[in-house]
Amino acid sequence: MRTQRPSGWYAVPAYGFFALFAVLPMVLVVYLSFTSWQGLGTPVPNGTANWSRLIADGEAHAAVGRTVLLMVVSWLFQTPIALLIGVWAAGPQRSRAVLSSIFFLPLLLSTAAIALLWQALLDPNFGIAAGGTQFLGDPDIAIYTVVFVISWQYIPFHTLMYQGAARAIPASLYEAATIDGASRLGKFLHITLPQLRYTLVTSSVLMLVGSLTTFDTVLILTGGGPGTATRILPLHMYITGFSGFEMGYASTIAVVLVVLGTALSVAVMRWSGFRAMSSQQEGS
Amino acid sequence: MRPLIAMGLVAMAAVVSACGTAGPAEPGAGGVKVWALQDPVLNPIEQKSIDFFKSGGGNASLETFGNDPYKQKLRVAIGSPNAPDVFFNWGGGNLKEYVDAGKIADLTPVLDQNSALKNAFLPSVLDGAKIDGKYYGIPMRGMQPVLLFFNKEVFAAAGAQPPKTWDDLLALVDTFKAKGVQPIALAGSQAWTELMWIEYILDRIGGPEVFRNIRDGKGQGWKDPAVLESLNKLKELIDRGGFGTNFASVGYDVGGASTILAQGKAAMHLMGSWEYVNQLGQSPDFVKKGSLGWVAFPSIPGGKGDPGNVVGNASNYYSVTSGSSQVEAAKKFVSTALHEDSYVQALIDAGDVPAVVGVEEKLAKAANSEYTTWIYGQVKGAKSFQLSWDQDLPAEKATAMLTQLQEFFLGKVSPQQFVDAVAAR
Repeated sequence: MRTQRPSGWYAVPAYGFFALFAVLPMVLVVYLSFTSWQGLGTPVPNGTANWSRLIADGEAHAAVGRTVLLMVVSWLFQTPIALLIGVWAAGPQRSRAVLSSIFFLPLLLSTAAIALLWQALLDPNFGIAAGGTQFLGDPDIAIYTVVFVISWQYIPFHTLMYQGAARAIPASLYEAATIDGASRLGKFLHITLPQLRYTLVTSSVLMLVGSLTTFDTVLILTGGGPGTATRILPLHMYITGFSGFEMGYASTIAVVLVVLGTALSVAVMRWSGFRAMSSQQEGS
Repeated sequence: MRPLIAMGLVAMAAVVSACGTAGPAEPGAGGVKVWALQDPVLNPIEQKSIDFFKSGGGNASLETFGNDPYKQKLRVAIGSPNAPDVFFNWGGGNLKEYVDAGKIADLTPVLDQNSALKNAFLPSVLDGAKIDGKYYGIPMRGMQPVLLFFNKEVFAAAGAQPPKTWDDLLALVDTFKAKGVQPIALAGSQAWTELMWIEYILDRIGGPEVFRNIRDGKGQGWKDPAVLESLNKLKELIDRGGFGTNFASVGYDVGGASTILAQGKAAMHLMGSWEYVNQLGQSPDFVKKGSLGWVAFPSIPGGKGDPGNVVGNASNYYSVTSGSSQVEAAKKFVSTALHEDSYVQALIDAGDVPAVVGVEEKLAKAANSEYTTWIYGQVKGAKSFQLSWDQDLPAEKATAMLTQLQEFFLGKVSPQQFVDAVAAR
């Protein structure tokens, strides 16, 4: 019997929303990037002026550099921790359920609350490190503090992904390895890791694209400061657009962000062979 | 992703407003639509002025918004059918952008016809909303000059006197450092607190004309030698440790700088006059036992500026949008409700110092009279009241300047580099 497929019309609301709130604004942002607009009156087309300005804008280049740094350091910091906790939490230990729930807590807090919390905790006069290292006030340290706070918030989420995936690894693989006399480390390296590789890809894409568009934490925690030490590209766009009211130029930066984000996810997918995903579950 | 979506929505608003030659709004049921900042103290007073207007047969309603969202919302709304009829603003270059776009009603005829209204306000404050010789706003709240606050107990313990000159200030920095007290509190994570320093120093050294030239694009602008000299003076103060070492992540909104002054961890704090009300709220004991002192910004010998000059926010203003369908009613509101006795008295009772002529007696009778009378005298006697630079420059220039200034305070940008960078914008 032929399966009855739902009519294509069912997809209209989803496509409609996507077109109205994602595609249309994107198209308009591209248009605005070729205009000069102070937020008042009508945008005035100014050719490629914004784009040549972007090419010469040292501040924007520095912001791209900081964004890449934030992205790479975030990934390097979050992945091993999330992977290890996730695999551990998938195990049968007695303390697991309680500790996992505690590790999960940061994910339940809102981003604004987390940023305010850490800001108060690291206050240079009244915080835990008062008088010592200036985690938010030292331009050389501040960006790592930002990475730490973002990681603190999102590691539980990635942990959850790894935990779920590790649970799904067939026990028979481990049993076979045990019979062959594999060590714990050996099982982790030769069974768990290869089995988790697609989760690793998914989690990495989320982390990388997430870091690229990180915004709220940085805005509240440091506002891009001290000086411009943590002014990453999305924040640079926001400050240009909503403090300087240079909407045209801010749109140019927005286009760059869209292109970078899309290119990044496509690149990771290609490079990791995400499309060719297969499962080694029995029966499939 | 959120900022991207915000950008996108702004883009949509732009195109929507560009397509439709959106006419003025229908006269709503609420009458004159008044927009203002959210402020638990001020909002009831603003409502009172609206009630007063209503009792005279008018009709109006008040809507309020938080600070940063307000500026953004106003930007997008003005020129759209959802524009307010009357809106709260800071005067100066900020208002000028709207005036230049033809969005603001000229209030000069209203003031000219009604000399009682014009004479009711201090001229230097009324001038804060004067653009190209025309008046575009009526002062609607207290004056907010910047002054140097100090902790009297800390000064007494060090046997020190508040600074009268720049050299006094430098000497005090050494005195307090030796005592282990941070000489000056600074909420450096917010650039506008740093801006107050360079505003005063430049005014004292070069006089108010130097910044006016910068704003108006006349003369040498930022390249005036007085700017470099001022930056060098300020750098000396920073390098001497005047602001301590951790100001970069201290925030004003979270009370960081005010609290260390009240606790005696810092000796001085340059801040707008609202700091008094702020301290009264956050550290009432500190103010009530008389430990909070204040003086004018020190003079700089040899400088061209009058030591009586002040900088800060002259006042806030109500302006009328020219596209409003209720221009006449809105003009009537701003010309009747903002200097009448009960409104002025309510401002005074809230600790504000209204920019209204002849309120000395009322101030003397109200609470905190020592402070409010001092502020009134200070502004009345000032030859120049320079609006905060970030309000007086167009937004994109102000934003670029604030960025450079933060780098300058961190020592990442030299005085010369600062001048070159801001002059290039």
